[in-house]
Amino acid sequence: MKVSDVRVGVLFIEGTNCEDESVAYFRALGARAEKVHLKQLTGDVPKAMARKLEDYDILMIPGGFAAGDYIRAGAIFAARLKWKLSKDLTDFVEAGKPVFGVCNGFQVLVEAGLLPGLGGTMTETPEAVLAINDSGHYECRPTLLKQVSRGGNAFVSKVPRGRVLKVIAAHAEGKILFPREREKKVLKELLENDQVVFRYVDDRGRYAGYPWCPSGATYNIAALSNPAGNVFGIQPHPERCFFAYLHPDWTREGGPGGLGDGSAIFQSALSYVTRKF
Amino acid sequence: MRARVEIHLKKGVADPEGENVLKALKLLGFSSVGGVRSIKVFEIDVAERTTAKTRGAIVEMCRKLLANPVIHDYRIKVEGGRASTPRR
Repeated sequence: MKVSDVRVGVLFIEGTNCEDESVAYFRALGARAEKVHLKQLTGDVPKAMARKLEDYDILMIPGGFAAGDYIRAGAIFAARLKWKLSKDLTDFVEAGKPVFGVCNGFQVLVEAGLLPGLGGTMTETPEAVLAINDSGHYECRPTLLKQVSRGGNAFVSKVPRGRVLKVIAAHAEGKILFPREREKKVLKELLENDQVVFRYVDDRGRYAGYPWCPSGATYNIAALSNPAGNVFGIQPHPERCFFAYLHPDWTREGGPGGLGDGSAIFQSALSYVTRKF
Repeated sequence: MRARVEIHLKKGVADPEGENVLKALKLLGFSSVGGVRSIKVFEIDVAERTTAKTRGAIVEMCRKLLANPVIHDYRIKVEGGRASTPRR
């Protein structure tokens, strides 16, 4: 498949954000991207507006505060997605198509049971949670993310192992937690499956605590994939550093021209699809 | 019928909201306060007419949306009924 044939759906409901930017960036890389409202996929719209999930090659769930983040971050969006589109979503994931969740989108994937996905494609109940940051408040700043996976997933073919990306974090609920009584076992399994993709590091590449890790996340995890590597959730926002001029320190780091660190994740997803389909 | 659902954090899960309230209360001079835990409460009106059916519906709501079993327990009290033991 050529990049110009890749169809990207950026899913939104009330309260999501950066969906317009994400569509623009996928288009900037040559893909056919559009915003799609959840109701367009569930058929709760006039027929002419309806879409099918299977019509897309990549599904992106952007950041924001979907449905006000009431109950828990991402929980309402996840419940609507999971209980109304269960079969379509499962088919999409099992076909190997990439699902890309950013920030609130990561929370949605976890709440929906699509990540970490240890118990199946989409588990009945969540296997993890993105809980309130240890600081108790919203944290917004650039973070440093080290690519630690062996590269078996759809989102890092353009990010070599060990490379550190500077990506903008903006969240109040980014602390990934697993069931306490099984935490060690879950972590071991995630590492064996190559599911831990990015970890927060300090300016020397060391795994460090606050403020380098803004949330207190277990094992400094900033991004996870499912065991198959095609569902990916990342807490900081790669779209907010898609171009070099979006980096807060571009005046010191080579000027405003060209692409920024976050673009490599978008490029990797497109590259995966063009190679696979 | 009306049900009251309390969503608790499980023992050992960090509660930054509770800790911050504790800190604020101490700063305000409430020196006797020893601990604060935050709990989320929903009051839900349903069309079911029996306690058992109401409880069944609320359990399903907790499972599908209101609680995340990784960090939450929940307790349901149906108006006129008895409070349940925490569900895990």
